[in-house]
Amino acid sequence: MLKTARNWFCVPLACLFAAGTAMAGDFILLQSTTSTQNSGLYEHLLPAFEEKTGIQVRVVAVGTGQAIKNAGNCDGDLLLVHARAAEEAFVAEGGGKERRDVMYNDFVLVGPSADPAGIGGGADAGTALEKIAASRSAFVSRGDDSGTHKKELSLWSGIGIDPVQYSGGWYRETGSGMGATLNAAVGMDAYVLTDRATWISFGNRAGHEILFEGDPSLFNQYGVVTIDPDHCPNVRQAEAKRFVDWLLGPEGQAAIAGFRLGGQQLFYPNAGDGDS
Amino acid sequence: MQDFAASFFEAFRLVAGLDSGLIEIVWLSLKVSITAVFIATVIGLPLGAFLAVTRFPGRSIVIVTVTALMGLPPVVVGLVVYLLLSNAGALGPLQLLYTPTAMIIAQTILVVPIIAALARQTLEDLNGEYRDQLMLFGLGSLARLRTLLWEGRYSLMTALLAGFGRAVAEVGAVIIVGGNINHVTRVMTTAIALETSKGNLALALGLGLILLIIAFAVNALVFLLRAAAERSAYA
Repeated sequence: MLKTARNWFCVPLACLFAAGTAMAGDFILLQSTTSTQNSGLYEHLLPAFEEKTGIQVRVVAVGTGQAIKNAGNCDGDLLLVHARAAEEAFVAEGGGKERRDVMYNDFVLVGPSADPAGIGGGADAGTALEKIAASRSAFVSRGDDSGTHKKELSLWSGIGIDPVQYSGGWYRETGSGMGATLNAAVGMDAYVLTDRATWISFGNRAGHEILFEGDPSLFNQYGVVTIDPDHCPNVRQAEAKRFVDWLLGPEGQAAIAGFRLGGQQLFYPNAGDGDS
Repeated sequence: MQDFAASFFEAFRLVAGLDSGLIEIVWLSLKVSITAVFIATVIGLPLGAFLAVTRFPGRSIVIVTVTALMGLPPVVVGLVVYLLLSNAGALGPLQLLYTPTAMIIAQTILVVPIIAALARQTLEDLNGEYRDQLMLFGLGSLARLRTLLWEGRYSLMTALLAGFGRAVAEVGAVIIVGGNINHVTRVMTTAIALETSKGNLALALGLGLILLIIAFAVNALVFLLRAAAERSAYA
C-alpha cells in the first residue's frame, strides 16, 4: 500500500526512478502462453499462491515461441507454455533447467456452423484438414510460431500437405495471438484450430462452433520450465521454485482442476505424468 | 452491430461502478503518458528552439529527420527499447524491463520528435515575425528565445497536446516493454488489446470510449487554462 502511495504522489521526474525501485518486492516474472491468461486461469490460481507465500507472480502473456525467446534473453524467471518439443529443445540448449508437465486439455477445430467443408464427424484431425484443403475452404492460421501454430503445422505435415504454398489464398496467416486469430476467423467465416480453453472463454463466437474434436492427435500438454541460473545469473530461482512446487503439488493441481467456466473444466492437472 | 450499443453500456457500467481495476489502469495510463510528455518537453522544446533560431550546415537535414521521426512506428520503438532493456541487452542491469519506467522511456522517444518538430515550426514563424523588433531592442539570443517561447506558448501547448495524444493512444511500444502485466504495467490501450483478444468486443470498445473521454478531459482542461490565462492577460 505504501509503495502505491509513493507512486501516486511522486512528481514526474522522480517517478522515473521511483518506478524502478518499486520493483524490489518479492515477485517472479512468468513468461506464458496466452490461453492461460485469456481464459482467466491465472486470476483463479495466483491469488491463492500470492496470499500463501507473499510472492507476486507477474504474467507476461505472449505466444509460446515469443515466451521462450524472452526467457532465453533472461527476461523471465519461469516459462509456462505448450509446445513440448520446443520446451525440451530450450532445456537442451542450456536456457532451461528442468521441464515438468503441469496440465493438459485439447485443441479443437472451429468453423462456421454450416460446415461447408463437411469436417464434422470425420475419422481424425488429418481427414478434417484434408477436406478443408480439398474444398479450398478458408482456414486461418496463427502463423506466429506459437504452440498452437506448431501443433497446426504438425497436423498438416502429418497428411503431407504444405498449406503455406496457399498462403494468401484460402490459407490465411494472421501472425497474431489466438484471440486476434479467432476474431479474424469469425470475421471471414473461416476454419481455425484453437485450444479449448481460449475457445470456451472467447466472447465473440458469432456463428462459429466446434466442428471437430476428440482425436488423440489434438492433445495439448502444458509444461513449466525453470530457467538455468548458469545461463541467467539474475533469475529469481528460489521464488520460481516455490511457485513450481506449489503448482505441481496438491494445492496447485486441485486449483487447476477446480477452474471452471460456464460449468466446463478447462484444464486437467497431470503433474508428474511424463516429466523430462 | 449490437457491440456498439453494448459498448456504451459497458463504459457506463465501468465508470458508474468506479471499478477499482479501471481506476488503477486509467491512473497508470495518465502517469506514464504525462511523465513521458514532461520529459519529452524538456528535451524537445530546447531542441526545437535551437533549430528554429540557429543556422548551421546540415540544418535542413536535421529538420527533415526530426520531422520524419514523428512517424516512428511505436512497435519499432518498443522493440528497440526491449532489446536495450532486456537482460541480454546493454541496459539489462538497470532491471527496467516490464516496469512503468520502460513504458515512459518508449513513449518519450515517440513524443520528442513531435514536440521538437512542431515547436521548431512555431518558433521559426514567430522569429520571422518579430526578428526586426527583437533586434531593435538589442536583446541577446537567450533573451530573444525567451521572448519567442513566451509569445508562442499557446501554440506550443498544442504541440504538447499532440505529443500527449500520441503517447496515451499508442499500444505497440508499451505492450512490448511493459508486458501488459496486471496491476503493474497494464494501461488503457493494452487492456483494450487484451479484451479484444478475449473476444470481449463490447468491453474493449467501452474502454476505448473511456480513453477518448480522458483525452477529451485533458484537452478541455488545457483549453480552459489557456482561456483563463488570456483573460487575465487582457484584463
